[in-house]
Amino acid sequence: MAESTNAVKARNNRYNKYVETVTPKTSIPKALFHSFVVGGITCSIGQGIADIVLLISPSMPKDMVSNITSMILVTVAILLTGLGVFDVIARQGGAGSFLPITGFANAMASASMEFKTEGLIFGTSVKLFSVVGPVVVNGIVWSSVAGLINLWIMGI
Amino acid sequence: MIKHSEPISITSENAVDLPQPTGFSRRPRVMRFYNTPRIIGRMSVVGEKESKGPVGKYFHKCETDDKMGEKTFERAEIRMLDTAVRGAVRDARLKIDDIDLMISGDLLNQMTTSSYAARDIGVPHIGIYGACSTMTEGLMLSATMVDAGYFTNVVCAASSHFATAERQFRYPLEYGCQRPPYAQWTVTGAAASVVGKNTKENERFPKIVMAIPGLITDYGVNDLNNMGAAMAPAAMDTMFTLLTQSGLNVDDFDLIVTGDLGKLGSDILRDLMRDRGIKLGQNYIDCGNIIYDVDQKCYQGGSGCACSATIFNSFIMDKLMSGEYKRMAYLATGALMSTQSCYQGETIPCISHAVVVESPFLEEK
Repeated sequence: MAESTNAVKARNNRYNKYVETVTPKTSIPKALFHSFVVGGITCSIGQGIADIVLLISPSMPKDMVSNITSMILVTVAILLTGLGVFDVIARQGGAGSFLPITGFANAMASASMEFKTEGLIFGTSVKLFSVVGPVVVNGIVWSSVAGLINLWIMGI
Repeated sequence: MIKHSEPISITSENAVDLPQPTGFSRRPRVMRFYNTPRIIGRMSVVGEKESKGPVGKYFHKCETDDKMGEKTFERAEIRMLDTAVRGAVRDARLKIDDIDLMISGDLLNQMTTSSYAARDIGVPHIGIYGACSTMTEGLMLSATMVDAGYFTNVVCAASSHFATAERQFRYPLEYGCQRPPYAQWTVTGAAASVVGKNTKENERFPKIVMAIPGLITDYGVNDLNNMGAAMAPAAMDTMFTLLTQSGLNVDDFDLIVTGDLGKLGSDILRDLMRDRGIKLGQNYIDCGNIIYDVDQKCYQGGSGCACSATIFNSFIMDKLMSGEYKRMAYLATGALMSTQSCYQGETIPCISHAVVVESPFLEEK
C-alpha cells in the first residue's frame, strides 16, 4: 500500500509540474501597468474631490475633507456596482481597483445585492461581510498589534 | 493576459514521462445495450451569451433575460429545466403522462433545481450529481433502464446557470475580481433527451449502444479555477478504456467529444493520449472549447452541466439524425469538489462517463 501511495504521489507531482508548464500565466508587467493606471485614476479623482471640497469651504479641517472624499468615492463605487459597471473596470484594473476604498465598497455592495433574495436578515445581513470579512478581521488584528508595538516603543 | 486564441506550446520535452495509472482496477467495464435504446426527443435551452457563440444557431431556444422574468436566478434555472424537459417530451411526440421516469441533475446544493422542476412536472424522479458529467450519467442510467425493459420512455436532463453557479462556487456576481487566464465560464442553459424503447417507429432515431461508467481520477490538482487540467486525466482514463475494451479504434468514430475541458484541458488530453499511444485527430472536439467565441472573453471556454448537454442535444444530435456523423463517443467530465473541500486543502476528484451513440444510418453503410 505504501508503495502505491508513493507512486501516486510521484505521479501527481509529475502531472502538476507538467500542468504548470502548459497553463497560461497572467503577464505581470501588463497587470501591473493596468492596476497602476486604474488605481492612479481612482486616487486622482479622490484628490480632485478633496480639492473641490476645499474650494467650497476653505476653513474645513483636513480630517473632515478626507472623510467627505472617502464618502463620495464609496457612494460612487456602490452606484457603479449597482449599475453593473464596476466589475468590468475591476476585470481590467485588478489590484488597482480593489486596493483603494472603492474595492471595499464594491465587495460589500455586491454581497448585499447577491444575497438580497434570501431576505433582509438571513440574506443581506448575514452575508454582507462574506467577502470583506477577512479585510475587517485582519485590519482589526494588525492595527491592534501595531498599537501594542507603538505603546511598547513610545511608552505610555 | 494571454489571449484565448494563442496556442499553448506543448513541446515534446514537457510531455514526456507522463503519469500512468497505478493501483486501479482494470476490469472490463463497457456496458453494451443489445436492445439499443433510442434517443427520440431532445431540447436545448441556452442563455443569450451562448446563443451568440459559434454553435448558437443550432440551439432550440434562447432566453435573452438571465432571470427570465422570475424573482431569482434559481427560479430561472428551474424554469429553464422545465422548458427543456417539456420541450423534449413534445419533440418525441409524447405527453408528460407517457414519461415513466425523469433522471436529472444540476450543480446546486442538494440538486434543488432538479427536484423543484420535477415537482412541477410530476413524474417519478431520480436526482443525480455528476457535476459537469451529469448528462452522460443520465443518458447511461436511462439507457440502462430502458434496455433492461423496466421503462419505455425515460427523460434525462441537466441544467446549469452562470449566476447560480458563480454564487455557490465563487464570488457575488458584481464583485470585481480578476479571473486567471485559465478560468472557465459556466454555461447558462438546460437540455433534455427522451430515451425510448427500440420499436418500429423509433428506428429512425439515433441509438445508444454502449456506455462506460467512469473511474474517479485524481492527479493532485487543487486549483479551483484550473478545471481543465484537473479533469483531463479522468477523460483520458475513460477514453483509454473505451478504445481498448470496446473493440473500436479512434478512426471508427466520426466524432469523439469531451464535455467541458476547455481549450487548455483538451490540449492536455491530446497530450496524455498521445503519450499512451493514441493520436486524437480532427474528429476530437471539446464542447467547452467550441461553445464560446474567442472574443467573448471566456478564457478557456465553457463549463457546467449544460455545456456539453446543450451541444449534444442540438448540434451533435442534428448531425446524427441526418447521418453526417455515423458513430460518436460522448465523454463528459465532471469535477466533484465542493468549495469547502478545496479550502480544506483537498485535491479535486474527477470523473468521466462515456456514452457511444450511433446514427440510424450506420447499418446502411
